[in-house]
Formats: sequence, structure tokens, C-alpha cells
Amino acid sequence: MIGFTLSNERLLQRQMFRDFAEHEIKPIASQMDEEERFSMDLLKKLQKYGMMGIPYDKAYGGEGADILTYALCIEELSKVDGSTGVTVSVHTSLCCSCINDFSNEIQKEKYLRPLVESSKIGCFGLTEPGAGTDASGQKTTAGLDGDFYLLNGQKVFTTNSGFADIFIIFALTDPSKGTRGISAFIVERDTPGLEVSKDIPRMGIRAASNAEVALIDARVHKDNLIGVEGLGYKIAMNALAGGRIGIGAQAVGIAQGAIDEAVKYVKERKQFGRRISQFQNTQFKLAELQTKVDAARLMVWRAAAAKDNHENFAPLAAMCKYYASEVANDVTRACVQLLGGYGYTREYPIERMHRDAKITEIYEGTSEAMKMIISGLMKIN
Amino acid sequence: MKIVVCIKQVPDTTEVRLDPKSNTLIRDGVPSIINPDDKAGIEAALRLKEKVEDSIVTVMCMGPPQADAALREALAMGCDDAVLLTDKAFGGSDTWATSSIIASALKKLEFDVIITGRQAIDGDTAQVGPQIAEHLGIPQVCYAEKIEIKEDKLLIWRQFEDRCHIIKVGIPCLITALSEVAKPRYMSVGGIVDAYHTKEVMIWSYEDIMDTLDVSNIGLKGSPTRVTKSFTKEAKGTGAVLKNLTDDEAVTAIMAKFKEKHII
Repeated sequence: MIGFTLSNERLLQRQMFRDFAEHEIKPIASQMDEEERFSMDLLKKLQKYGMMGIPYDKAYGGEGADILTYALCIEELSKVDGSTGVTVSVHTSLCCSCINDFSNEIQKEKYLRPLVESSKIGCFGLTEPGAGTDASGQKTTAGLDGDFYLLNGQKVFTTNSGFADIFIIFALTDPSKGTRGISAFIVERDTPGLEVSKDIPRMGIRAASNAEVALIDARVHKDNLIGVEGLGYKIAMNALAGGRIGIGAQAVGIAQGAIDEAVKYVKERKQFGRRISQFQNTQFKLAELQTKVDAARLMVWRAAAAKDNHENFAPLAAMCKYYASEVANDVTRACVQLLGGYGYTREYPIERMHRDAKITEIYEGTSEAMKMIISGLMKIN
Repeated sequence: MKIVVCIKQVPDTTEVRLDPKSNTLIRDGVPSIINPDDKAGIEAALRLKEKVEDSIVTVMCMGPPQADAALREALAMGCDDAVLLTDKAFGGSDTWATSSIIASALKKLEFDVIITGRQAIDGDTAQVGPQIAEHLGIPQVCYAEKIEIKEDKLLIWRQFEDRCHIIKVGIPCLITALSEVAKPRYMSVGGIVDAYHTKEVMIWSYEDIMDTLDVSNIGLKGSPTRVTKSFTKEAKGTGAVLKNLTDDEAVTAIMAKFKEKHII
């Protein structure tokens, strides 16, 4: 049965996320962007109210909610700050899911619990200087040395790495096997040989942490191998498929946030003796934008519901991520235009939203990579 | 300590529209919230619970079935259990009938402290709390801006126009809370999950409390209040401001304005 109405429980969740975003994030979002630094105080609050472990089982200290609730959360946080959205999303979708979906009980107790119970933060190291969209081009290696693996290589664009405690690191245990030679490891921050660079200066989501992670003979105990050797590529693809729901929700949030700000502005701004909201051009433009955002949101919800129902959600996640990220860029660009010169200034949050929107077309799979997945399923080739 | 918080679900707007025929509020399309003073009361109760071991906070609300949402929110904040008093027979109750119904329901529960909000933003009467205390024959402290526990007594900072009274009160007692009493906490994600999946909202109708309730005291018929007229206040124009005048000139100018407007 198809249902587009949120239950009272989800409405209450959304109300809580909205209140939190409005009062705890919105007042500091612009400052965090200017300073290019995520507030550790905000991070603690996100943990305190359960936003870092939403779709995970209460048995492991999670919140016991689902992916749709998680998507609602990411949207509401991203409405006021895309950086907060991605910080929660990477921790939840990319790091925690690898452990939740593939780890043994000992690893779950040791690593998933503190991550979702909210004392630790996670990140995900797959991308390398030479392995972006082509994630199979991994160069990082993991050679066995007694009970330990020695990890050597370089990860880049690792979101959350500046303050993360737990790193999921992908490395080749058998370079001769291609993607089947990739394995996934849980690496603790204080592991000797793991070094995190300064944050990489970026166009948008500037408050989020994003750095390079170097591994120089980093000794990781074999107990920290997730699953078995060679399972890494599957683990990474599974995490990224789920992550795309989060990024889709982030894109929807950024876009809706921009519309909300634009609506507020056009109702006040007067030109030619009238409020600019009274011009049909303004009305039609906003109607177009809202329709696109609603369509994108429904696609995000569809993908989230499919994951909750244990259906094949990956193609739906790819579609929602592709569409929502394009919408976020179109919408934020149009909203800057609605505010004219003021939209271009840093006095208003819309220029930040426009900058933040761009990355949604790039990370966790570019729009082009999404089209590869979608067209592949259509069996066009 | 057993604490009961009485809350009301109210429309979330300062522009309440009235049905001109029935003189009642039009609730359609207006989002509902927990009355702000009551929500502060919930927070105050939860803080007492955190200080006194083995405490239980029960939240109670009279209203239509949709008031379930307000109670779930209270449960998600951390209240332990919830009672919804709902029955067509309760409809149209004024403050007297409402307090009669709530007091009867409270007699079914064990309590040490009852906390209500000072007043609701949709009625502004500030009567229900004190009336409940009278029905139950327990002491009441109204306009609480701070609550502390000291041994087996409560210390209440009671707001007055120009001062604050610190009142020591034993239990059982009823406190009406100002919104300043405590800033309500956020719900947590897991708290909301629990509110809908592990905690329960008990639904009590007239039949559940009829043994301690006089039917002539409930509903529209049991309500002595008669609304003769309801209206929305008209916006006043901005006042005239006279600047740069000496005291004497100001007096003369004001008197001239009064005469001009035929006020004197």
C-alpha cells in the first residue's frame, strides 16, 4: 500500500528535529561556516538527543528508530546547515552501518555501542587521491604481520576525520584480486601510524571536517577486520548505497531551507511599490521550486521506506540522490536570484546554502556515478 | 515521590480565530502544542524526579482524542505514564467543570505533588489549577518561578508583582508553574520511539471516574460560565508622539489634544 502521510510518531520526531535545528544550529550556522569549524558543543548536543544513532537497535545503545526517521532528521538539520547534515550522515550511514551490517558481536559491543550510544564519532576512508568515482583503484595496502595488519596508504576527502574517534579504512589485503582483494578495517584514532591532516579548504559545507588521512605502517589488530578478507568492496558499496539516502535528504533540506528563506524575504522586500511576492514571476518561480523539492523528498522517502522494508533500495537511493542533489543546486541558485544583490551577500544564509548544495552532486557518488547505476539497471548497454 | 503534571493541548497561534456563532475556538488547520506553562511544569517535574529517587511522573490531559499527541510528547520528554481524559460528556466544560473532572481523575491516582501550568494561552483564566487543589482539599502555591526540594518539603519561589515569596510547603500540594520555572528539554529520538512503542497512554472516560464525579458538574450543562460575547480585539492605531517639548509645553499640548478629541 502506498502512503504519503507521516505517522504521528514521525511528525513528533520531525517537530523535535525542527525545534532543535531552529534553536541550536541556526543561530551558529553562519559563524561555523565563517570559521570553518564544527562546534564541538553542537556535536555533544546532537549526541545527547540521540541524533547520532537513529536507525540502530536499542540493544546496542541506538535509538531504535528507522531510516525514514533518520532521513527526516537529516533534512531538518540541513534546512539550516548542510554541514551539520553531512556530519550526522557520514557518522550514521557510512561508519556505523559498516559495523552494524557486517561486524561480529564483539566488534559491535566494542565499537558500534559507543558510536551510537553517543560517546564516539565515526568516519569512513574509502576515497584516495587516485580512487574517486573509480573506488576499485585503491592503493592502500594491508599486509599481515603476526596478529596485526600493517596499513599503508593515503585517504582523502575523509569527512569527520578531524574529530572522529573511529575510522573505517579500506585497504588491499590482496592486490592481485582487484575489488575482491579489498578489506575493511576498524581503526582507532590513536593508532600509531594514523595521521590526519588539517581540513581541506572547500567551497561549501565549510563547517564540516574533511581532511586527508595518512597511514604509515599503522598497526591494526586482526580482530578489527570487518567480516573476512576481500569483503571490503561489498561493505563500502552497501554503506554508500545507504549513505545516498542521507545525502538525498541533505540536498532536500538545503533546498527547502533556501525556499523558506526566500519566501520570508520576498514577503518583505518592496520594489516598484509592491512587495516582490506580489509579482507573478516570484510566485511562479517559488511554485516551481517547491514542486521540485516535494518530488525529491518523495523520492528520498521512497528509498528510505524501501531500506526499512529490506527491499532492494540501492537503485532508489541512487535516483533520489541524483535528483535531489540536482534540485538542491537549481533551487539554491534560483533563491539567490530571488534575493538579488542581498542573496549574494553573506548577510543572508542563501549564498551559503548555494555553496553547500554543490557538494551533494559530488560526494558519496557523483551524479554521473548515479547515472551509471541507474542506466545499468535499465540494461541499456 | 509521585508527581502528576496536568497539561492542556492548545492551538499554536496568537491569532486564534473564533466561531462567531458558538463563540468557541476554530481549531482546524491550527497546529496544536502543549501549553507553554504546562510544558515548563513537565520539565520542573522531571527535574524533581531526577533529584528524588524512585520518583514517578504521570502526565494527565483532558481533551479530544487528538490530545494523545500532547501526552506522547510529554512521555518522550521523560514522563513515565500518561492519562487522557476524553469523553463527549466532558465537551464544553468551563474551568469549574474541567477542574471537577480532573480532580476526580486525580483521586484515582496516588500523588504527592501536582503541577499544573499557571494558565493556558487559549483561555488565560489561571483557574483550573487552583480549583483542582480546592476540590482535592490540598494546599496550593501558584505562580511558581522556581521549585526546590528540601528534605521532605518543597521550597517554592512564588512570583509577585514587585517581589518574590519563598514558600515552604509540605506534601501533598499543588503548584501552578510559570514558564520561567524551567526551560523544557528537547525530546530525544529514542524517547519518542519509547513514547509510541513501550509507554502507554491510558484513556479514561466518564465511566472510569464517575464514582467520584457529580454528573451535574461536567460538560456544557455543568458549566456555570456563560459567554455573552466573544470578539477579536481590533488593532489600535499608533499613538501620537510629541517631541522636544518642555514640561509646561507638554502639559499644554496634551490638554489641547484631549480637548480636540473631546475626551475632556
